[in-house]
Amino acid sequence: MSHLVLGFDLVIVAGLAWLAWQALFDRHRFSAVVHFMAFGLVMALVWVRLDALDIALAEAAIGAGVTGALLLAALGRLPATSGHAPGWRDSQWPLVLLALVTTLAATLTLAWVAWQLPRPGLAAPIGEALPNSGVNHAVTAVLLNLRAWDTLLEMTVMLTAVCLVWSLGPALMPYAPATSLPGLPALARLLHPLFLLVPAYLLWRGSHAPGGAFPAGAVLGAGGVLLVLTDAVPWMHEPRRQPLLRLLLAAGVLLFLAVALGGVLLAGTFLVIPASVAGTVILAVEVAAALSIALMLMAFYLYGEPGR
Amino acid sequence: MTEWIAGLGPWLIAAGTLFFFAGSLGLIRFPDLYARLHALTKVDNLGLGLICLGLACQASGLAAALKYLLVWGLVLIASSISATLIASTAMACGLRPHQHRPAMRTGTTKESHP
Amino acid sequence: MLHTTTAALLLLNAGVALWRLHRGPTSADRMLAAQLVTTSSIAVLLLLGAELEQPALVDVALLFGLLAAVATANFVTRTWTLLHEETGSREEASRD
Repeated sequence: MSHLVLGFDLVIVAGLAWLAWQALFDRHRFSAVVHFMAFGLVMALVWVRLDALDIALAEAAIGAGVTGALLLAALGRLPATSGHAPGWRDSQWPLVLLALVTTLAATLTLAWVAWQLPRPGLAAPIGEALPNSGVNHAVTAVLLNLRAWDTLLEMTVMLTAVCLVWSLGPALMPYAPATSLPGLPALARLLHPLFLLVPAYLLWRGSHAPGGAFPAGAVLGAGGVLLVLTDAVPWMHEPRRQPLLRLLLAAGVLLFLAVALGGVLLAGTFLVIPASVAGTVILAVEVAAALSIALMLMAFYLYGEPGR
Repeated sequence: MTEWIAGLGPWLIAAGTLFFFAGSLGLIRFPDLYARLHALTKVDNLGLGLICLGLACQASGLAAALKYLLVWGLVLIASSISATLIASTAMACGLRPHQHRPAMRTGTTKESHP
Repeated sequence: MLHTTTAALLLLNAGVALWRLHRGPTSADRMLAAQLVTTSSIAVLLLLGAELEQPALVDVALLFGLLAAVATANFVTRTWTLLHEETGSREEASRD
């Protein structure tokens, strides 16, 4: 039995290494992107084997689905002649060797540091803090209460990324004629109920089991991307809706900031949530964060500022 | 009755695995994209369906069993529509289906693999 | 035991798809290979979930199924947009 599990793990690791190598060094750009998408799928399997189901959910939604699709669409923006990446010139080989040596040294250092980490980890302190955090699932408690600062910064990074993408130029319209591709609107219509149901389910589960705002937001965003691709959200391009769109994009970060400042008023410390209201506050922040993340992902796919 | 259904589970799972192997064989050996599309969207989804059915037979309750079948239904919808999308896109790109015509006069029917 | 063996076999089966993914020859073939990896992973996740008695793995499998559809839709729209922009280079879009 243990041999079987070991063989299973070895197959996963070998596949992962091959996919990573191909994604980085395949000179055929489209092939590299598809290898990256498969890498995301196998990576989610690795997280499952490591018993990290929350990360597996997030990896399945963000790594395999959304990032791959984003790279694929970015590839469509490149000139058609650049399907192949140029090979290395002779003068670049010393640099390549330097990069390889640096990567190897960094990997060994990280492995050594990971080996030195205290063994039981932080599970016991988190377990002690869990009753006061307002939720019953350790990962949600860490993400939205104990280390809420990190999550706030992550949301801000995403908002900054949307600003950067929009500063590249006006939004681009995808071309998918419904007359020759009748399947695309049908796919969006059939799957959309599930794209609404699954995030709601993940949000609800987040308080006591793997789930939560990030996977929920990513799935909702993926459904939104399907709508953007089928041109089913024309309001995003209307000039008079732009203030509303910007407000909704910022809503998650704004609510998070309001909670943080509320902590200053109620408990005297930035980002401390009083235990009596923690459950409600966390749920509100999670809903706002999921909606905001979904809208931000949709905003990436516009490839530029809409309404110009 | 329940034991009989649970005993059916492993056989269904084994049959599903066989269908998966057949699908992969098709993906490797079939001569062109349209044929490979058949191998993938029909055979593999049948394999997944048998595995889901086998797991549903062994599931602890009705809700868990229905969830397995929900996953299968979702994959069926998604992959059948994806197949038509990919096929019509390949047609629009000018990819001709591979047609095997037996040679009339010479007896040699040599297949060409593009 | 049976579940783990089947999961390992399906994983090897997905490894076969990596050959097609590397080989091509068209982009649609590569997308098909990615789809086989997705379907196999769904089966592997369901089997592991039953073996380890972790019902949350079914949710991960559900996400795989949902997001595979988005990836294909994205690929199709990308190709049609390319075709629309440059009607002259039809071969380019299918081969690249």
